[in-house]
Amino acid sequence: MKNSFKILAVAIAAALAAGSAHAETLRIATEGTYPPFNFVDASGQVQGFDIDVANALCAEMKVECKIETFSWDGMIPGLNAGKFDAIVASMSITEKRKEAENFTQPYYQAGAVIAAPRSVELETTPEGLAGKVIGVQRASSYGQLLKAKFPETKIREYDKNEEHNLDLAAGRIDGVMAQRLFMQQWLDSEEGADFEAKGKAFFDTEYLGPGAGIAIRKSDTELLARFDAALSTIMSNGVYDEINDRYFKFSLKPGQQQ
Amino acid sequence: MNFQVMIESIPALLGGVVLTLQLVAVASLVGFVLALGVTGLRLSGKPWLVAPAYAYVFFLRGTPLLIQIYLVYYGLSQFPELRKSVLWPFLREPWWCALIAFSLNTSAYVSEVMRGAITAVPRGQIEAAKAVGMSAVMRLRKVVFPQAVQIGLPAYSNEIILMVKASSLASTVTLLDLTGVARSLASETYMPVEVLGLAGIIYLIINFILTRILRGIEWLVTPRLQSEAGRIAKA
Repeated sequence: MKNSFKILAVAIAAALAAGSAHAETLRIATEGTYPPFNFVDASGQVQGFDIDVANALCAEMKVECKIETFSWDGMIPGLNAGKFDAIVASMSITEKRKEAENFTQPYYQAGAVIAAPRSVELETTPEGLAGKVIGVQRASSYGQLLKAKFPETKIREYDKNEEHNLDLAAGRIDGVMAQRLFMQQWLDSEEGADFEAKGKAFFDTEYLGPGAGIAIRKSDTELLARFDAALSTIMSNGVYDEINDRYFKFSLKPGQQQ
Repeated sequence: MNFQVMIESIPALLGGVVLTLQLVAVASLVGFVLALGVTGLRLSGKPWLVAPAYAYVFFLRGTPLLIQIYLVYYGLSQFPELRKSVLWPFLREPWWCALIAFSLNTSAYVSEVMRGAITAVPRGQIEAAKAVGMSAVMRLRKVVFPQAVQIGLPAYSNEIILMVKASSLASTVTLLDLTGVARSLASETYMPVEVLGLAGIIYLIINFILTRILRGIEWLVTPRLQSEAGRIAKA
């Protein structure tokens, strides 16, 4: 009787060990409505930059990943309730969110650019922008960045960023400052054809925030460390850059701040 | 309530008040002159003059000022021909666009006030004036005008007060009027209740002073009010 118990215990332990060794599955949540970062394609497959990064990380960590879409509102509660283990959904790292969960290091940073007519020379230096009228969205961090770094620049505030683009196109203002991806979309469109991004992009985390991170439950500190390590690896071994180039003309890799 | 923020906001908000008052004053003046013309057409009795004046008033009173100012500012600038024209130096500036929209809008309302006031003068008096041989100009000057001003002034005062409040829409075309300054400050300080509340109080003060002034003018042009006051004073 005693022996049979022992055998059973050993058998169970062996089964558990074997199970965890070769089939750890991580469940990852994304949103699926934020192209090109995460979106559902025509065949119902979830695609995008976030998804490719998540898959690359899972490959690096040698785990299986199951990526599913969830509604944005339910994301943080779902993580804490254990419905999934990580959120890879272009979630910006904010102080408020950090109270509810842990974040990995940022895995991308959109940054900001100043766009102006192609025909005009515009140095994005305090001297070059002195006296120039730059449009920004009201209540955005771009106005504060301009005020701090380019004190001689005249800032004009708009209710929507479509409006400052209209005024840039009409020639009422010398340039606009906005999120880089949003601006690039406009520059690639017909309306923005005569305009271009001037100088280098801005990545000042003090104003623009650290970027988007992967959210992990507070209790999963070991998983957080593994994600962070895997992120560092793919960002240095070229895997990240290869994914980046699939979607964007410029690098979103964090840490470009000069 | 953060009173510190409210006190610190006052200088910037007063800067916005200057622009608000400037816009209201100039737009009221231009609107008044335009309204005189429109009223003239409207009361001319000739259908080909009445119709355009009617359409003008109908269009400007029937559409929201927000849409009018938006169309003047963002709409007109969509036409490259216009951007190359001599009008562009004016239409380029949000100040002029706001002024154009406000002036046109208020002129429509004021012309209705004028028309109402003029037609309210009893016909019998005009006929009597004709009977004693007064010329058309004389009739207007001696009979119609003094009474129309008394009749129309309360409604006109109302329009000025509405104009002060409507001028807050200048902030939608990037102007830093009282509302524009308040909205920017509110988003900078993250204290919208304090800053917008204070802006509301400033509008209230402006309109209080304006109503007093307009009541004074009403009193000056209305002998009836003066004689009543005299009677009360004597009694």
